[in-house]
Amino acid sequence: MKKTLQLLAGFWLVLWGVANAETGSGTGVGWGALNLPAGVTPDSHDIHDLHMTILWICVGIGILVYGILVYSLIHHRKSKGVVPATFHENTKLEIVWTIIPFLILIAMAIPATKVMIKVYDTSASDMTIKVTGYQWKWRYEYLTEGEGKGIDFFSSLDAKSNEARQLGSKIDPATVEHYLLNVDKPLVIPANKKIRILLTAADVLHAWWVPEFGWKKDAIPGFITDGWIKVETPGVYRGQCAELCGRDHGFMPIVVIVKTEDEYKQWVAAEKAKQDAGKADASKPLSLDELVAKGKEVYASNCAACHGLEGEGVPSVFPAIKGSKVALGPLADHVKLVLHGKAAMPAFKEHLSDVEAAAVVTYQRNGFGNNKGDSIQPADIQAYK
Amino acid sequence: MSVTTHDDTHAHDHHDHGPAKGFMRWVTTTNHKDIGTLYLITGLIMFFVGGAMALVIRAELFEPGLQYVDPHFFNQMTTLHALIMVFGAVMPAFAGLANWMIPMMIGAPDMALPRMNNWSFWLLPFSFVMLASTLFMDGGAAAAGWTLYPPLVLQTGHALPFTVFTVHLLGMSSIMAAINIIVTVFNMRAPGMTMMKLPLFVWTWVITAFLLIAVMPVFAGAVTMLLTDKFFGTSFFNAAGGGDPVLYQHLFWFFGHPEVYILILPSFGIISSIIPTFSRKPLFGYSSMVYATASIGLLSFIVWAHHQYTVGMPLAGELYFTYATMLIAVPTGVKVFNWLATMWKGAMTFETPMLYAIAFVVLFTMGGFTGLMMSISPADLQYHDTYFIVAHFHYVLVPGAVFALFAATYYWLPKWTGHMYDERLGKLHFWLTTISVNICFFPQHFVGLAGMPRRIPDYAVQFAEFNAMSSVGAFVFGFSQLIFAYVIYKAIQGGEKASSEVWEGAEAHGLEWHLPSPPPYHSWTEAPAQALISDLH
Repeated sequence: MKKTLQLLAGFWLVLWGVANAETGSGTGVGWGALNLPAGVTPDSHDIHDLHMTILWICVGIGILVYGILVYSLIHHRKSKGVVPATFHENTKLEIVWTIIPFLILIAMAIPATKVMIKVYDTSASDMTIKVTGYQWKWRYEYLTEGEGKGIDFFSSLDAKSNEARQLGSKIDPATVEHYLLNVDKPLVIPANKKIRILLTAADVLHAWWVPEFGWKKDAIPGFITDGWIKVETPGVYRGQCAELCGRDHGFMPIVVIVKTEDEYKQWVAAEKAKQDAGKADASKPLSLDELVAKGKEVYASNCAACHGLEGEGVPSVFPAIKGSKVALGPLADHVKLVLHGKAAMPAFKEHLSDVEAAAVVTYQRNGFGNNKGDSIQPADIQAYK
Repeated sequence: MSVTTHDDTHAHDHHDHGPAKGFMRWVTTTNHKDIGTLYLITGLIMFFVGGAMALVIRAELFEPGLQYVDPHFFNQMTTLHALIMVFGAVMPAFAGLANWMIPMMIGAPDMALPRMNNWSFWLLPFSFVMLASTLFMDGGAAAAGWTLYPPLVLQTGHALPFTVFTVHLLGMSSIMAAINIIVTVFNMRAPGMTMMKLPLFVWTWVITAFLLIAVMPVFAGAVTMLLTDKFFGTSFFNAAGGGDPVLYQHLFWFFGHPEVYILILPSFGIISSIIPTFSRKPLFGYSSMVYATASIGLLSFIVWAHHQYTVGMPLAGELYFTYATMLIAVPTGVKVFNWLATMWKGAMTFETPMLYAIAFVVLFTMGGFTGLMMSISPADLQYHDTYFIVAHFHYVLVPGAVFALFAATYYWLPKWTGHMYDERLGKLHFWLTTISVNICFFPQHFVGLAGMPRRIPDYAVQFAEFNAMSSVGAFVFGFSQLIFAYVIYKAIQGGEKASSEVWEGAEAHGLEWHLPSPPPYHSWTEAPAQALISDLH
């Protein structure tokens, strides 16, 4: 028993040391991955402080309770020749140890209430971003005029992590930068602006969580939940989906890049320019090779999760693309299936630009040894939407 | 199965008859001890089945990257591990203890409703075979977590109706067991055995039984709504049809929170029996223990949404559930203080049951602290759905409920079999288990706080060290349990004969210690003498 207690006391001490050392820094790594990050938003600081307060109260109570227990275990044992006492109640003592915990709880509830009221106050925000959870990626839509309205994109696990995380990939995750915590296209926001995050989901429950921002919230299909962030320090912040959402729940990270106001404005301008260029691209014909090359990228981030990087699928769950009837059948049916979905297959008409849709269909018909030889041009996609 | 064959004390008693012979004895039995044994063995088998699944999980999580299983299979493992441990291991084991001990403790010959008792047990093996068979169906077993949240659970393949029907059968079984316990305790107490003289194990089980009757139908209803949403076109949980996915969560946790107390209240009863015996002192604060248990039972109905702090409840809801949940700390604290006061100035010895009981007090309290931390809704916005909660509920369920079951087994095994178990092996089992359970679950607090979500088959490399440590602990813990199975087997086979009292001074702590070891097939065919009851602490 004593050994266990010593072990536990050791753990608490480690926790104590690191809790103090960690304040202000980011999430720990390896043996230092011990405590909540203090974070970079007002909410996250408040929540971190609250966490430390209740942790210390618990440590205090723990020392008292375990101290009494250890004293008793050492001194009140039969081998010491103790004659057992016979008392079995003490009303005063029992009232005391009912009332004192009650008072401690009230002392904890007051700061908790204050923090929760602040966390819930999403009023007077400077801009709003709508976040939609999909199996298994995030969609970000900027809704505020003058702050990037109209920017709308999907964000999914980056290709390197995706390759390394496949069963039996033989790639050492340690060699992949930000393994499982990196995306193809991160969310970008300005620093020091109060940003209201609206959350919803397209298919099943998800939860949007960046530990450095202090909170997580569920994304629920058919409902909108919200929260707010105001990030003080520009930088890159990483998080993950926190609500079980199916096979690839562990593989839909969140990356937020926080830029200074000026840099953010430049980013918005660049995104707008890209959007315009994308519209122009949609009318530009592409060669088969160009389509296949582009399609391979699109496939890796959109299709490979279910259908496999080599188009092999998962028997009796996800159909193979390699040698499939669809990929080798009429082009029109193939395009319609990709754009409009069927049963468990999601509709990709909103996920993919015309160029991406044309590229991925062409890749599926010509990659994996399908070698069908035909292709579809971006300009022809609109007709199927 | 020589549980009762050594018993010759009633050979000439014509009112008493021994068990039928062979396999049919177990199929047709209506005897509380036989049924108790069946429940306990089922619990132990399912403990190993659920444990094997846990080891699949921990093997995959030993290092970053996917080495052994597909993520979809991993999700089936987490789902079935939880369902099997909750409904297959812990609940049947407690039902087994109730069957064995309650009639002996209250001075009754058997349970009140013996035929229903038989049925409530025999539903279980079929339910678990059905649940296990879903692993081999198209699309695999349910993979949406033991909470079976829609819409995800509606993506389950052929397994969904079988999973739902399993829940129905388990619910029927639990409700029947609960009715039987309530009827037995209310009607079959020996004269003089007033309610406020009942051992705490009986009290905690009576309260547990009321919780079961209140909430199992809610769970059955919720999963039936899943079934109709999937197959009959209803939209209870589908927003596109006017329903609400969060409604399911409210229904589930209205069942789920009392359910976690169903898993822990009988443990409180066990610990309250064991600590006084080995402290050689009466239990401190008996009546406050009873009231605390009843308060915990009542509070369990009004705190459910603390499992849902992140679903976007109104602020008032968040605050209400925070305050209500924090209140649970008061009666739980009373229990821990009472156990400490029972040990205080006692003359303790440290046989295996006492070691497990002390470890329970220490480690369950640890789970209590993290529970208190998570009751604070703003802080829970960070803790929710991370490994911090995984650590929390494993601390209350493994060194909590499961340690109480170990303690109970070692405590009453000599009574059941008539033989002392091997104390040396028991202590070895204790130390290996207690050290490994901490190596397994303590680091999970750290990775959870540092940002590792639960229910993921693979993780970022900064969590590698503590996950490796956790997996090592899990494997040592898992294999240590083979010692436990062997100790039980050995005690059934033979060993030093146990006296009726078994533990020094135990006679003052319960009527079961006045019956021979092993006890007669029908426990108290005549009411125990008044003096026995009035001499109880």
